[in-house]
Amino acid sequence: MHKLKAITPLGRTEPKTDNFTGLSITENPARALATLTARLGHETACTAQVSAFIGCDLPGPGKSVVGETYGAIWIAPSSWMIEADHTGHELIAQELKPVAGETASVVEQTDAWCRFDITGSAADDLFERLCNVDVRAMNSDTATRTTIHHIGCYLWCRKAGFEYSVLGPRSSAGSLHHALVEVAQAVCPV
Amino acid sequence: MNKQINRLNGGLIDHDQSLSFKFDGKRFQGHPGDTLASALLANGVRLMGRSFKYHRPRGVLTSGSEEPNALVELRSSGRQEPNTRATVAELYDGLAANSQNRWPSLERDVLSINDLFSNFLTAGFYYKTFMWPKAFWEKLYEPIIRNAAGLGSITGEDDPDVYDKGFLHCDLLVIGAGPAGLMAALTAGRAGARVILADEDFVLGGRLNAESIEVGGVAASDWAAHALAELSAMDNVRVLPRTTVIGAFDHGIYGAVERIADHLPTPASGQPRQIMWRIYSKRALLCAGATERPIAFSNNDRPGIMLAGAMRAYANRWAVRAHEQVAVFTNNDDGHRTAADLIAKGVHVTAVIDTRADAPSVDGTELFAGAQVIGSKGRLGLNSVTIRTDKGFTREIICGGLAVSGGWNPNVHLTCHQRGRPKWDEDLAAFVPGDNLPVGMTVAGAAAGAMSTYGALRTGAEGAIAALSDLDIPAGVPELPEAEDSPVKLRPFWHVSEGKGRAWIDLQNDVTVKDVKLAHQENYVSVEHLKRYTTLGMATDQGKTSNMAGLAVMAELTGKSIPETGTTIFRPPYTPMAMGALAGRAVGKHFHPVRETPSHKWAIEQGAVFTEVGDWLRAQWFPKEGETHWRQSVDREVLQTRASVGVCDVTTLGKIDVQGADAAEFLNKIYANGFAKLAVGKVRYGLMLREDGIAYDDGTAARLAEDHFVVTTTTANAVLVYRRMEFARQCLWPDLDVQLISTTEAWAQYAVAGPNSRKLLEKIVDACFDLSNEAFPFMSCAEITICEGCRARLFRISFSGELAYEIAVPTRYGDAMIRALMEAGEEFDVVPYGTEALGVMRIEKGHAAGNELNGTTTALNLGMGRMVSKKKDCIGNIMSEREGLNQPDALRLVGFKPVDPGQQVVAGGHLMKADGPVDAAHDQGYVTSAAFSPVLQSSIGIGYLKDGAERTGEVLRLANPLEGTEVKVEVVSAHFVDPDGGRQRA
Amino acid sequence: MIIDHPLLGPRDAQEFVYLGDATLIDRPDWQAENAAEAFHDYLYLRDNPAGEHRELWYHEQGDRSWLVVTRNTLTHEITSVELARDVARARGRGR
Repeated sequence: MHKLKAITPLGRTEPKTDNFTGLSITENPARALATLTARLGHETACTAQVSAFIGCDLPGPGKSVVGETYGAIWIAPSSWMIEADHTGHELIAQELKPVAGETASVVEQTDAWCRFDITGSAADDLFERLCNVDVRAMNSDTATRTTIHHIGCYLWCRKAGFEYSVLGPRSSAGSLHHALVEVAQAVCPV
Repeated sequence: MNKQINRLNGGLIDHDQSLSFKFDGKRFQGHPGDTLASALLANGVRLMGRSFKYHRPRGVLTSGSEEPNALVELRSSGRQEPNTRATVAELYDGLAANSQNRWPSLERDVLSINDLFSNFLTAGFYYKTFMWPKAFWEKLYEPIIRNAAGLGSITGEDDPDVYDKGFLHCDLLVIGAGPAGLMAALTAGRAGARVILADEDFVLGGRLNAESIEVGGVAASDWAAHALAELSAMDNVRVLPRTTVIGAFDHGIYGAVERIADHLPTPASGQPRQIMWRIYSKRALLCAGATERPIAFSNNDRPGIMLAGAMRAYANRWAVRAHEQVAVFTNNDDGHRTAADLIAKGVHVTAVIDTRADAPSVDGTELFAGAQVIGSKGRLGLNSVTIRTDKGFTREIICGGLAVSGGWNPNVHLTCHQRGRPKWDEDLAAFVPGDNLPVGMTVAGAAAGAMSTYGALRTGAEGAIAALSDLDIPAGVPELPEAEDSPVKLRPFWHVSEGKGRAWIDLQNDVTVKDVKLAHQENYVSVEHLKRYTTLGMATDQGKTSNMAGLAVMAELTGKSIPETGTTIFRPPYTPMAMGALAGRAVGKHFHPVRETPSHKWAIEQGAVFTEVGDWLRAQWFPKEGETHWRQSVDREVLQTRASVGVCDVTTLGKIDVQGADAAEFLNKIYANGFAKLAVGKVRYGLMLREDGIAYDDGTAARLAEDHFVVTTTTANAVLVYRRMEFARQCLWPDLDVQLISTTEAWAQYAVAGPNSRKLLEKIVDACFDLSNEAFPFMSCAEITICEGCRARLFRISFSGELAYEIAVPTRYGDAMIRALMEAGEEFDVVPYGTEALGVMRIEKGHAAGNELNGTTTALNLGMGRMVSKKKDCIGNIMSEREGLNQPDALRLVGFKPVDPGQQVVAGGHLMKADGPVDAAHDQGYVTSAAFSPVLQSSIGIGYLKDGAERTGEVLRLANPLEGTEVKVEVVSAHFVDPDGGRQRA
Repeated sequence: MIIDHPLLGPRDAQEFVYLGDATLIDRPDWQAENAAEAFHDYLYLRDNPAGEHRELWYHEQGDRSWLVVTRNTLTHEITSVELARDVARARGRGR
């Protein structure tokens, strides 16, 4: 293991958790990310090869999947964000490259994003005041790009009404966290 | 303690609990359920404000959000809000309000003297009166007028409250929770549709709470409460009380302000004061009700004169009588209800004056049919009115309150927000919604002209069914409760001509019938002109109670009908709203999000001074102990970097990953210069042009593999370049196999510059990678590992002109890497440098940056004309050949030094020949960037000079006519430091 | 406004960046005889109709698709939304 010590997007050695009545917001730096984009004319092969490798079908527009080891969210036409545990899969891009071969372009994205996991019955109340997504109509295993406090994010619904992840640009982790926590205080009665 | 002398029994207030409040410092008591206005009336307070222009004593006119008169300053210090309508301010214990626009007190207001000069202060007076001398306007007249006029004041302190924004989605938005709205929401809610029901009031039910009628065999207010209970129990219905839908926007989007905490002394901990909702609706049903309109007559503005429906609402809902003796002045049957309800409540109704000769009879009071009110008496409140009977006699009617009804206007406001025009309804003598409503909106109830309770219930249900049917949601027809269904009986009557005093139309703006006549006389007959000339319908109430009368008077004068005269249409917001609600949480330092670099935490520890670059916070310089001026820090950072080695966080530069079989061809198209032949492991400078041939952005492209590049952009243009590249990929060359993704944030990138940079890097780069000049020459790139195995990218590029590298690691290791670099560099006296030193060094080196790529310059101007490849298609190359951009004496980027080393080169200054005039015709060019070069110990600059390449050594004048300065400068090469580039290749 | 994204369904126009006339797709041939003139027209002579207009919108806060939106500039009615890439291919910009 190399000698450089990681810090979390919020600049800490350990991830931060904020608890409220009916809601918790947890910084999650433990997922590795890579974007996978099919090359022109290789869309079918790419989808087949990568789906077989990650053990679940690459999702369509607006959708996400969570498999045993890997998860994926649709981000653009023929383009996905693939995720796995950072421990053991820090080099997720290098894992995927040989799988996709000439059928796709793979780019490491782990540290482009900060991620906050939001769990609790007040989650819908929270997002209703943060972004224009119709969060109450959001199904489990869907993901959408949206804007929170002027920050472009992915809102990933893992369990409808209860369990979400927000992926935002890592450099704005502080601002994003501030927005989440401030509004959480407003929607969760003390 | 003051007694609530006008308090009646019943109503929707809690008589058992008392709330204490202050008005102008005087203590009063009210009850939960009261508004400030109802509580003041209960306490016998009729005088609530002074008018805008003439400082006339005014009382409350209405019982709702349309109130023009009873405006107060609510709360104090940072929370003080001016022009709060007492009619919608919910009473809470400890409420403190003050009257406005008076001095020294509401009862004795010095500026009421304006009223005596009213002949000089008529409509348009400031367009005519204060014309001479001209200079006096700004210095004298305007300050005096502004001081005298205006309404409430603010304290200038920061608002301590927070405001939220939010987003709601529904099938059907029901705007207004009166009989129509409640019935619509019930119908849609029972059908399972997602419904939002919003109402501005804190007790939902609209007029159901203000009338003495029954609905479905129970008191109307009880029926409303039951309906509300049913709605509140439905998961698919969201009831938003205290929520004003302020505007109808495109495609079913509505704005609404929910007042979470305005009825509390202060918001609960963590709670916002208000929420601004953006509501996405598939359909909307406007059930906004109607607003009563007054009849203008001489001195119709005395406190105590109010709208008949309001007086009735105060009695029925708030258990308050306007006065112990009241009279009614009406042109329609609805006014008679007020008399009947008040009589039933035991109030002495001294007379009903009806303008109609065939007015229906009334029980319990005297009716004057075919009569008119021609004047009123009383100093700070009404004592009596004078009437002209149908027989032509005058009579004095004793009354402390006069209920006036001129009919009701449907609240069509939101139907006009997309430029829809209402249409005239002859039976109602009012405008009703037109045919061009906002998409997805329909109207029900009184807002649609269905004025009876039953009509409202019926159209509400029908409206909901029709809206849901559009959405393929079947809805059952509900059984409608029994309710009154009386027709509107009204004879239009707008103003009484007879009378000695002024007849007020717009109480908020002090506009009289005479002012409208004056506007007509001066040919301001179009309604839009009328409005602007007289100010009719402006300010906080936007003419809700006055526009119609103004139109009617103008129609009379022009001999046209009212619909021919026209109507003003309405804009958002429906009622005034706090600016804070529009700002939401984006205030102060959270106005915009910040972006922090990977070394942010470390830079703070070093005491760095930060600068904002877009949202990024970048270290500007790192002051050391003893340094008192930024120049000391910057000079040191530059000198130390050039002498040994410096490190700068350059993460903020945009990084775009470009892959695909056609990646090189794609870069060829978006860059002016060629990339197809760039070898793997090499970096090349790239210049992007706009399609019009003007330089757009520059950066580098590193080829990591045959089909893989990483492109860098300037910090400022990162988003724009990415957008343009996507445009090129999707719209211009859709069949190139190329994939783009931003990786700006994924990598922490540091510039390591200076003669010792290689030695420093050799200490942290893993030994298997050879950094020697032979193995890794200038403009090389490689994927490597550092610090025993951490993956990294290394680029040998230089912005400073020194031997330099940029090294990148995954962002999470960025903090550790800057610390590792500093530790490894200790023996070389490594220095961190900020954006200031970065800027100085790039000017010393003559590198173009944002100041040079200013949207007017070409590759030729930059001295890169030959870089633009003519052998390939790329964005901008055709237009860059235009004759005008290729004149022989075109501007060229050169350097400047002051002839007198003590003088300064100033960016923005224009260059003039050594002799001759200083003017635009003789302009030779301009300086774009300037700095003090610690290396040359001189101020230096770079900029554009006509035919600059051929003018080295020439002395010019750098003129700044704005500040009256002129500096003699010598034209030199823009490359002040190491012009042959030996250092960066070392 | 709401733009009905062909892949993602109705999305708030706030998520998009507006570029303008969709004829920007029709970039002239750089090797044509009259290339200079064609590029001049392409760049500077665009229609700005009061009425139906085909426009380019970029879903920047979304999936980064460029869209061709047919919108009435007077009423804001949107009658069609297409992926610009498909439009570009249909207009012969493909290989």
